[in-house]
Amino acid sequence: MREAIRFGRNGTVREVRDVHPRTTLLDWLRLGERRTGTKEGCAEGDCGACTVALGRLVDGRVVYEPVNSCILLLGQCDGADVVAVEDIAADGALHPVQEAMVTHHGSQCGFCTPGIVMSLFTLYEEGERPVGRDAVNDALAGNLCRCTGYRPIVDAALDACATAKDRRFEAHREAAACALGEIAADGADLFMRDEGRFFAAPASEESLAALLARHPDATILAGATDVGLWITKSLMEIEKIVWLGRVASLRETRSTPETLTLGAMVSHADAHAALAAIDPDLGELMRRFGSIQVRASGTVGGNIANGSPIGDLPPALIALGAKLHLAGAKGTRTLPLEDFFLGYRQQDREPGEYVRAVEIDKLRRHDAFRCFKVTKRLDEDISAVMGAFRLHLEGRRIARARIAFGGMAATPKRAPLAEAALVGLDLDDELAWAPALDALAQDYRPMSDHRASAEYRAVVARNLLFKALAEIAGDAGLRIAPRPAGLAAE
Amino acid sequence: MNIRHDPDDASPDGGEPLRHVRKPLPHDSARRHVQGAADYIDDVREPQGTLQVAIGMSPKARGTIRGLDLAAVRAHPGVVRVLTAADIPGANDVSPAMGDDPMFATDRVSFHGQALFAVLAETRDAARRAAAKAVVEIAEERPSVTVEDALAREEAVLPDYGFGRGEVEPALVGAPHRLEGSLRIGGQEHFYLEGQAALATPGEEGDVHVLSSTQHPTEVQHVIARVLGLPDAFVTCEVRRMGGGFGGKESQATQWAAIAALGAHLTKRPCKVRLDRDDDFALTGKRHDFRCDWRVGFDGEGAIAGFAVTHNARCGYSADLSQGVVDRTMFHTDNSYYFPAVRIDTRRLLTNTVSNTAFRGFGGPQGMLMIEHVMDRIAWATGRDPLDVRYANLYRPGRDVTPYGQTVEETDTLRAIVETLERTSGYRTRRAAIAAFNGRSKTLKKGISLTPVKFGISFTLMHLNQAGALVHVYQDGSVHLNHGGTEMGQGLYQKIAQVVAEEFGIAIERVRITATSTGKVPNTAPTAASSGTDLNGMAARIAAGKIKARMAARAAARFGVAAEEVTFRDDRVFAGNESLPFGELAKDCVLHRVHLSEAGFYKTPTISWDRAAAKGRPFLYFAFGAACSEVLVDTLTGEYKVTRVDILHDVGRSINPAIDIGQIEGGFVQGMGWLTTEELVYDAETGRLRTHAPSTYKIPVASDVPEDFRVALFPNANREETIYRSKAVGEPPIMLANSVFCALADAVHALDPGKPVPLDAPATPEAVLRACQALRGRPLPERAIG
Ligand SMILES: Cc1cc2nc3c(=O)[nH]c(=O)nc-3n(C[C@H](O)[C@H](O)[C@H](O)COP(=O)(O)OP(=O)(O)OC[C@H]3O[C@@H](n4cnc5c(N)ncnc54)[C@H](O)[C@@H]3O)c2cc1C
Ligand code: FES
Ligand code: FES
Repeated sequence: MREAIRFGRNGTVREVRDVHPRTTLLDWLRLGERRTGTKEGCAEGDCGACTVALGRLVDGRVVYEPVNSCILLLGQCDGADVVAVEDIAADGALHPVQEAMVTHHGSQCGFCTPGIVMSLFTLYEEGERPVGRDAVNDALAGNLCRCTGYRPIVDAALDACATAKDRRFEAHREAAACALGEIAADGADLFMRDEGRFFAAPASEESLAALLARHPDATILAGATDVGLWITKSLMEIEKIVWLGRVASLRETRSTPETLTLGAMVSHADAHAALAAIDPDLGELMRRFGSIQVRASGTVGGNIANGSPIGDLPPALIALGAKLHLAGAKGTRTLPLEDFFLGYRQQDREPGEYVRAVEIDKLRRHDAFRCFKVTKRLDEDISAVMGAFRLHLEGRRIARARIAFGGMAATPKRAPLAEAALVGLDLDDELAWAPALDALAQDYRPMSDHRASAEYRAVVARNLLFKALAEIAGDAGLRIAPRPAGLAAE
Repeated sequence: MNIRHDPDDASPDGGEPLRHVRKPLPHDSARRHVQGAADYIDDVREPQGTLQVAIGMSPKARGTIRGLDLAAVRAHPGVVRVLTAADIPGANDVSPAMGDDPMFATDRVSFHGQALFAVLAETRDAARRAAAKAVVEIAEERPSVTVEDALAREEAVLPDYGFGRGEVEPALVGAPHRLEGSLRIGGQEHFYLEGQAALATPGEEGDVHVLSSTQHPTEVQHVIARVLGLPDAFVTCEVRRMGGGFGGKESQATQWAAIAALGAHLTKRPCKVRLDRDDDFALTGKRHDFRCDWRVGFDGEGAIAGFAVTHNARCGYSADLSQGVVDRTMFHTDNSYYFPAVRIDTRRLLTNTVSNTAFRGFGGPQGMLMIEHVMDRIAWATGRDPLDVRYANLYRPGRDVTPYGQTVEETDTLRAIVETLERTSGYRTRRAAIAAFNGRSKTLKKGISLTPVKFGISFTLMHLNQAGALVHVYQDGSVHLNHGGTEMGQGLYQKIAQVVAEEFGIAIERVRITATSTGKVPNTAPTAASSGTDLNGMAARIAAGKIKARMAARAAARFGVAAEEVTFRDDRVFAGNESLPFGELAKDCVLHRVHLSEAGFYKTPTISWDRAAAKGRPFLYFAFGAACSEVLVDTLTGEYKVTRVDILHDVGRSINPAIDIGQIEGGFVQGMGWLTTEELVYDAETGRLRTHAPSTYKIPVASDVPEDFRVALFPNANREETIYRSKAVGEPPIMLANSVFCALADAVHALDPGKPVPLDAPATPEAVLRACQALRGRPLPERAIG
């Protein structure tokens, strides 16, 4: 067992053993290291001012992703290399993205700039070339700038990424690989502080189950994109934290012709490609899931386990058909994903139990899938309504249907009446769809809140089902952004 | 980006080409910004023992405070002291003028989140956690949240005010066509990326030095002196830079600085306030929201004969700057259009919400959006192209007097901008292509709109139109530059450094920009009303010019030439056939006892405004612009994309075209956010702001800005003698975004041409879908929340 958090910092290994388990990386940088280049704009993962690059060893190489340091706990840096805005200009020479930001007048007040620079840094160092406007938009979706209107920042990104990659950062990357290799090698459970107040990161499922059995009141931590806000915003007195980040078996992805199994700790970023391969709409859903920072940290298991009525993955996976695998001191069990959600923020999970994986039923021949996320702002926003539809077709006839919505009830929920009404319908007979569309009004009683009114949700849900049917029937003119090209069979 | 350079630009005095002014130099701090090396208040290494402050907030929006039990707050580990109104040695008043903003509420609470007390603790975490432990007992009353609530209660923060010209009722009655309606316009959170912050350090005998993220250091100084019961001279306020301001730090940075100062005063320890983002949303005011009730009479061409409007402004719980803000709504109700007969009335309504305040455009945008909406309504009613209706009403010679009596002298500029943009944007051909698309497409609809901007430049509160600067030349030839303007990202410091470098003919690196301080330049106006460069640039130039004249006299004496023959350029001073480096002359001046320091002072000429008589010339000049926006709307969900934007904007002759373009683009996008996704939702029952943070309040991100975004400067020297014939640029571009709102309405209009589109601002996807459903004859019930 290890009692210190260990992470890489400019080629050396830092050990920290005396911080509060809730300490965020941002506070540690600003208050601990006294490095104040990284800014706090919101402390809730939405503005990106606090963005730093976090590098993890992947097959011997350190790969960097941007993360929101305001909601990332210091303990989650265990085994990772932390690169902040002060670290990328070498010997007085600016990094190419910094230079381009100056040349293109990419900063005005400058407060968003360190975070923007770090998002562009990871795009520059890790992004696939050529880098186009869409890639830049995606890289910046988690960075708010109130001054510039983004045009000069986008130009800076395109310009910096247009030329051959400067190799200066490679020396840092290699030094980091050495440092991280040393940390990874220990394979030890991490347990910082004491039984009353700790940050723990078991290295295996056995230690995890044992620890949770000993501390059923501990908070399970995955990516902290929800839990982080409980700390920074709700000021919850979380004292015992069990982070799943060191359990390798929870990060596995398994794909067969029929199913895709995602371990609970698979990040949204890592799940993206496998989900996009099932259907391009799922790829687009993941592209619009939070921001690149949120997708780097947030996990599939966390999105399910938190039981939010507006989480994006549950409706999509319920419509596809998915099984949830849970484990705990009493062993493992499996249930249909929809049965996991019992009521508002109430899940079928015993204390000490954890989500292991979700097993998704892939599309077969003659299956069609659509999902739509409707938000106030197109990128980096929480769904007002999220609708997902899987149809099995026999010729032009609907033989089976699965529908699930988020934002329409206290949980992610299927639409049994509409599903039943769809069976037997002809895709070419638009007038006959009405009973199924109308049935949604019985299936759901949505709420009004600051995202949308109940009336709006109800109309949108109906229109989304209509849109799915019309698109599957062959109408292509129904989206402001065309459905991404994909390989999915229909 | 398309920067037009003036090839034959010459300095106004010598005929020498300009070397610094007109150059697209980067922001003075650009290299520091990108390295995280530009310090904001929370980055300044704080003195040991600094206390961290958190604000205790009201859990109710309206009522009487029955009890405030702070025992648990005091007992929280790490807490050093709790401040309440009873601790204030001076006045419990942080208002800019009217005395109606208490620092801490005492017997009544007036909005949800209002400050009740402050906690000083060893760490920020301890302060925040302790603040949550107060036990507050309030006898709650139903709050006024909406315009309708306030009208029903007849509660206002300031008296009604109106002005007009001619006989409106007969003009309305006599017009061939009449329309009336009501437009709701939402407010806007500033969302400066750096939240409100201040660090106060106590000195001797009550002296206090405060670093504040403020646009108005002088007001911070005054308010702290008032709260502490000290003369102004005991208080120094300094600000190097803000991480954005946009008006939100004009009057509403003072409270946090004053709380920090009070803490420092009482504990003799430095105190820092840095508001958490959610607290900042709850505690600080926003752009005013409006309900504009209008009536218009017009002819078959759409030309207006008479226009009447009542602007119902939701001011929040106190007056703050609402007088100036709503007056500016009135001054911009005409935007670019002539009203033969007009009446503009305003009500400044009190609601139990945070006190609305300055926000880039200062009330102007609301007035202008309303009249653009009216132009569209006229177009839909007459069947004419909305642009043609706009032309029919555009100010032109003979029809060029505003409702408040000032003549628009540059009607030619206004028309030239609109006509040029019509051509360069391909408006007419695109309009036809869009009509064809909409004919084919049932679900997706496109819309386009071209709208003009005319914005008056000067503070309408006359005494604010003044500025000071302080310039020192040291004996090595380096220059210390200071002035009353503050830097919030708009590039003011750099523009003024360019002016001073130009004046002395020296490399810009010699000019050291220094933090704005009430100790160096006193009695300043806020950096606001787009006036920063106009005012401070002139003051700095005057100061530099005086020093330069004395240096020239010294050079003339030394080389035996006339002072007029001495010129300054390329870091050298030329006198007849002789020349010497600028630094050597500076040293020579010191040796010959020539004073190398000067305070410059400038006040705007020729302006006047008599509010009681509603007459005068409140603006020195107008800045103009126009924008053409195209959108694509999904009429099944209300989602949309802005697909192309063309902008042509008048900044006079730019001092720094890169900075000016940045203001135009940034202003446009901020305006677009206001009119599209930025929605302030207040709970109708409790008055609590539901969209309380960026998680729920959505400002534009990069993908909201169209890839096809064409911005150009309109070449046009200011006819007034402004600094290098430039024009102010901070605020006017906000209103270019009216074209986005009108384009969205245009797209919805395609569902059933001729029908009015009931679209209010912000045009969120829900608002757009509601408008679509109304045109389909299936309106949704009124939204219950907010
Ligand atoms: C800026 C921002 C944008 C966001 N955008 C979206 C969005 O577009 N769509 C969306 O759906 N969500 C969004 N979210 C919410 C959040 O990112 C997701 O819900 C995310 O998937 C949570 O995963 P996590 O790993 O970060 O969970 P954590 O925060 O670590 O945990 C969340 C909850 O799940 C529990 N938990 C986590 N893993 C397990 C496990 N294996 N077993 C048992 N319990 C577990 C935790 O105890 C906690 O209760 C956003 C959040 C932020 C901050
Ligand atoms: S501070 Fe805003 S995302 Fe971290
Ligand atoms: S430069 Fe001010 S927020 Fe981006």
